Amino acid sequence: MAHYEAPIRRPLVTGDKTYHDVTLDIVAPVEGRANKSWWLVFSIALVAFLWGIGCIIYTVTNGIGSWGLNKTVGWAWDITNFVWWVGIGHAGTLISAVLLLFRQKWRMAINRSAEAMTIFSVVQAGLFPIIHMGRPWLAYWVLPIPNQFGSLWVNFNSPLLWDVFAISTYLSVSLVFWWTGLLPDFAMIRDRAVKPFQKKIYSLLSFGWSGRAKDWQRFEEVSLVLAGLATPLVLSVHTIVSFDFATSVIPGWHTTIFPPYFVAGAVFSGFAMVNTLLIIMRKVVSLEAYITIQHIELMNIVIMITGSIVGVAYITELFMAWYSGVEYEQYAFLNRATGPYAWSYWAMMTCNVFSPQFMWFPKLRRSIMFSFIISIVVNIGMWFERFVIIVTSLHRDYLPSSWTMFSPTFVDIGIFIGTIGFFFVLFLLYARTFPVIAQAEVKTIMKSSGERYKKLRESGQSLVGTGADPRTSGGPVKINLDGAYIAKPQEVAAGETVIPEDTHGNESLVNRLGIFDAATQKADDLKVINGIGPKMEEKLNELGIYTYEQVGKMTSVEYNLLDNLTGSFPGRAERDDWAGQANNLK
Amino acid sequence: MASTVIHAIYSDDDVLMNAVKEVRKKHLHINEVYTPFPVHGLDKAMGLAPTRLAITAFLYGCVGITVATLMMNFIMIEDWPQNIGGKPSFSYIENMPAFVPIMFELTVFFAAHLMVITFYMRSKLWPFKKAENPDVRTTDDHFLMEIDATGKDGKELADFLVTTGAVEINLIANEA
Repeated sequence: MAHYEAPIRRPLVTGDKTYHDVTLDIVAPVEGRANKSWWLVFSIALVAFLWGIGCIIYTVTNGIGSWGLNKTVGWAWDITNFVWWVGIGHAGTLISAVLLLFRQKWRMAINRSAEAMTIFSVVQAGLFPIIHMGRPWLAYWVLPIPNQFGSLWVNFNSPLLWDVFAISTYLSVSLVFWWTGLLPDFAMIRDRAVKPFQKKIYSLLSFGWSGRAKDWQRFEEVSLVLAGLATPLVLSVHTIVSFDFATSVIPGWHTTIFPPYFVAGAVFSGFAMVNTLLIIMRKVVSLEAYITIQHIELMNIVIMITGSIVGVAYITELFMAWYSGVEYEQYAFLNRATGPYAWSYWAMMTCNVFSPQFMWFPKLRRSIMFSFIISIVVNIGMWFERFVIIVTSLHRDYLPSSWTMFSPTFVDIGIFIGTIGFFFVLFLLYARTFPVIAQAEVKTIMKSSGERYKKLRESGQSLVGTGADPRTSGGPVKINLDGAYIAKPQEVAAGETVIPEDTHGNESLVNRLGIFDAATQKADDLKVINGIGPKMEEKLNELGIYTYEQVGKMTSVEYNLLDNLTGSFPGRAERDDWAGQANNLK
Repeated sequence: MASTVIHAIYSDDDVLMNAVKEVRKKHLHINEVYTPFPVHGLDKAMGLAPTRLAITAFLYGCVGITVATLMMNFIMIEDWPQNIGGKPSFSYIENMPAFVPIMFELTVFFAAHLMVITFYMRSKLWPFKKAENPDVRTTDDHFLMEIDATGKDGKELADFLVTTGAVEINLIANEA
């Protein structure tokens, strides 16, 4: 059928996963509780964020003079951090838009988180120009609105104003793109939620998504058109950021290579940050089956290619400086490579051009630890790239008497660390409350690229009907023609009903799951399974269920029998996926 | 008038696709199909008209570029022409290159946002909107086909739907 994919392609979803498994795996971090390490990292990020807020307040009350700027270097960490964060914000849209246009299915496992990263990092970037205004409450002056000075308008010839339009368009379009994709996934969480508060929140977030055929048809069209719009948009954003420099007359900035060079650098740093975040996230929320080694490898290849493009740009800059014959231009580059900031220039070269070359080796680019280290190295390198472009071009200007160095104050450092803290606060909250993988989209590729279905197809089987999961369906066809239909299982208060005396169903339940023999088998601790408490374990034991093996055999038929017998929390076992949990424990 | 519908629930996308074709062959009216993910080709199989959202996006884009052009012309040329960096603003066409970034951004801005708003309006998606999928399993791994059963023999329909692979069939009477 239409699900064919060449067998040579590696599966994008590994393991024996059905549609229902995708639901369970994606919803697990949202329905579960945060562990200790999440709280630890969150607290650290929160402290850094609060420290940053303190430094921002200090800046606003004391003025920009509290930064390390001087009359020669009038732009330093603020713009470095701004460009760094905007650059990181490029990978999300690139992954979701460009890879969608190229029909790259592997994007589906990572696009949601990459877009979240984009939005969160553009938020960080946006902070810097606003703080740099000195009087942030007047930030609305950048908008073209009639003002109290008569009809004096903003200057639309200035790249700084183009930036305002580019970044705000980019942020708002990315947000809408992200949210539209989230609707079906929020709806999935909503329809599983049992706690009233959770249900309310996810109903609100999902905008009442119902999944009609017409909705899906529109959804797919909107995604495609948004991808088509976002692709030139993402390229325009960093192009315009580079205009901030390229349209000036400063040696080292005044170059036509800047737009493509900045865009490649942005993709480079964005993919590195995606790798940093996802390598940790796949582990923490157990999504290794969806974000596979193959995904990491493909991202590493993008990092290698864009890193090399950046390398070519660095060398072209040097060549053009020499070839131009302009001695100021020549000196700017000589100074970068051999002057007092040579250490940052060579740090940049090593991190951005040399280190990604390791990715030519399949063994290295498939190593998770190595990929993680390189991703951090690239993030550092790309920060230094912006520092080199900005500070080393400024600190020795046309007048040797005003030559100086730049050293950041604690406020500069504090604000930068604060934005990193803010970024991680947002990302950590996202990882606990949002569906971190576009599960509806992943379900569309299960039959073509899921390992389970690839194996079924290779064994010559038809895939028709294989979407059914024994845990949610099976048994005889249910026909209800009297019109009284209840979609949701009835809620029963805890401990209200106990096991009915009639054990008629019990026998059939134990017969189905296998009889526990106390002489040869050992009883397992069923309480380990999430959803089984001491009371429920007792009930299960009374029914003759003692082992993970028995629980692991349960399907929707057994769940229904069990619900009839115990009467407490109908649907609980299915929702918590006891069978799946027990199979993992076996 | 009381109308009745049948909700036929399927547990597989391929089975659903075949079922939709079978049901259409029998000239039964499919009111709606609820699925947990986009089933490719389902809209064609159901006979849904193609969506015109892409066309609206193009039109909104045209509005955006027009707005940008008029705005730049008014602000930079007509209302307060300035000489910025030795480049006087007296003619729109001569100053246009400096406005290209704004024209581009506003085109994208209008096209993207107005298209998405149109989509939300047409598909009735907004905060506090109540979901309308009749069964919560349709966002997990079940597929629900709603068939108009007014004035039809429910028993006969149910027997037919079983042959198309439905795993659950519910007859629902709607008042009014």
